[in-house]
Amino acid sequence: MHEIPDAPLLSVSGLTKYYGERIGCTDVSFNLYEGEVLAVVGESGSGKSTLLSLLSTELEASAGSIRYRMRDGIVRDLASLSEAERRLLLRTDWGFVRQDSTQGLRMSVSAGGNIGERLMSVGARHYGNIRDKALDWLDRVEIDQSRIDDIPKAFSGGMRQRLQIARNLVTHPRLVFMDEPTSGLDVSVQARLLDLIRGLVSEFGLAVIIVTHDLAVARLLSHRMMVMKGGRVIEAGLTDRVLDDPHQPYTQLLVSSVLAA
Amino acid sequence: MQPLVQLDRVSKAFTLHLHEGVRLDVVSDVTFSAAPGECVVLGGPSGAGKSSLLKIVYGNYSCDAGQIWIRDGGDTIDIAAAEPRRILALRRNAMGYVSQFLRVIPRVGALEIVAAAGREGGLDPETAHDRARDYLSLLNVPERLWCLPPATFSGGEQQRVNIARGLIADRPVLLLDEPTASLDARNRAVVVDLIERKKKAGTAVIGIFHDEDVRDRVATRVVDVTHFAAKAA
Repeated sequence: MHEIPDAPLLSVSGLTKYYGERIGCTDVSFNLYEGEVLAVVGESGSGKSTLLSLLSTELEASAGSIRYRMRDGIVRDLASLSEAERRLLLRTDWGFVRQDSTQGLRMSVSAGGNIGERLMSVGARHYGNIRDKALDWLDRVEIDQSRIDDIPKAFSGGMRQRLQIARNLVTHPRLVFMDEPTSGLDVSVQARLLDLIRGLVSEFGLAVIIVTHDLAVARLLSHRMMVMKGGRVIEAGLTDRVLDDPHQPYTQLLVSSVLAA
Repeated sequence: MQPLVQLDRVSKAFTLHLHEGVRLDVVSDVTFSAAPGECVVLGGPSGAGKSSLLKIVYGNYSCDAGQIWIRDGGDTIDIAAAEPRRILALRRNAMGYVSQFLRVIPRVGALEIVAAAGREGGLDPETAHDRARDYLSLLNVPERLWCLPPATFSGGEQQRVNIARGLIADRPVLLLDEPTASLDARNRAVVVDLIERKKKAGTAVIGIFHDEDVRDRVATRVVDVTHFAAKAA
C-alpha cells in the first residue's frame, strides 16, 4: 500500500501580481505534493506565465504567500529567503525547463559543460566524476554520448530540450518548473520528449508544475490541472475530470476546440 | 458481507454552456452496492447512463449529489467529495478501470505497458513482468507483438492489451466498460474466465457487457439503470 504524504512540498496561498493597474494573476491557491504533476493551462495572457515566474521567485508577488518544505524538512516562506538561499534552491532543489532553450542552456558551452555546471554549483570538483555523470545523463535523455563536447548550437530543437532536462535533473531536484517544454517541436519529436519526461517524473517521484496551452500534453503528463483565464484559476481538479467533465463555459470551449486526432 | 462499493442517491447532469446552457440529466438517485466476489452488471439500453455511471464511480466525472463510498484498506472514502490526490491514491491501491479503448502511449511496447500497470498497482517489478507475460499469452496476443507499441495493432489486439493492463494488479474493485466489445468468441471466453477468477479472489466487479452471453455468465445480479433515469423536469 502506498503511503499518502500529509505535508505538501509547496503551499501557495492567495498569490497575486499586479503590473500597475493590470492584473497579472490574482488569488491563486493550491498545494503540491511530491510525485504530483500539476498542469497550468490557458491561452496567452491568461496569467499562467506570470504564475510560473512568481512560483519560481523570478518575480515578486503583490500579495499572497509561497511556502516550501526545504530538504531539511523545515517549511519556509520563500519571500523570507536571503538571495544566497534563493539561488541555492534554484540550482539544487529546483529545476526550470524553458520553452526557449537559449534561455535554459548556455549556448556556447559544451553539452557536458552544461550538465557539469549544475553539478559544480553544488560542490562537485572531480573532473572525471563530473564527466561520467554527464555521459550518464546524456544517455538517459537519449543524446549520443559522442556529442558530449559539442555545443547546443549544433543541436536540433528536440535535443536541446532533452539537454535542458539533463542539466536540470542531474542535481536530483524535488520540484521542476516547465514552461511549454514541447511547443515548437515536430509532433514526432514532441512524443519522444513527452515519453521521456513521463518516465523521469515517475522514476524520481518529481513534483512538476508544467505550463502549457496544449491539452494533449496536459493529459499525458499531469495528474491535476488548473485552468486560468484573465489571471484567475477558473477550474481545477483531476486532469481527466477537468478534460472529460469540464464545468466552466471557458473550459468547455477549450476542450471542445481541440481537434481530435 | 460489507460492500466494497456503495452508491447512495447519486445524481449527475451535464450543463452544456456552448449550447445555450442545455441541461442533460444523466442519472438521478442511484443507490446500489457491490460486495467482495460479486459482479454487478449495469443494464439498460444505450444512452441510459451506464458508462457515465462507471465514470462517476471512478472519479472521472464529477458527482452532483449523493455519495460514493469505496473501501481502501481500513479507510472508506467518498469519491464524490475526495481530493484529487486521494482519488489518485484510491485508483492506485483499490480501484481498476478498463475502458473500451486503449489510450496509447507513444513508443512504449505492449509488454511494458502491461507490466508498468502492474508496478503502479503495487506489484514488485519481477512479478509484474511475469504476470504481464501470462496475461498477454492468456489473451492470445502474439508474442512477436509484445515489444511493439500497440498503436499499430488491430482493434481486438489493442483491447486485449487494455484488458491485461486493467486486470494485472490485485485491486479489490474493478470497473469494466464493455471489455469484450471488439473480441471474438475465443477471447470473450478468456475474459469471462479472468472475471470469474477475480470474483473468486474477492474482487467486487461492476461492469457493462453488451454481449448477452457474457453478461449471463459473469453477472451476480443486474442493476437496471433505466430505473434511475433522471426525473423529467
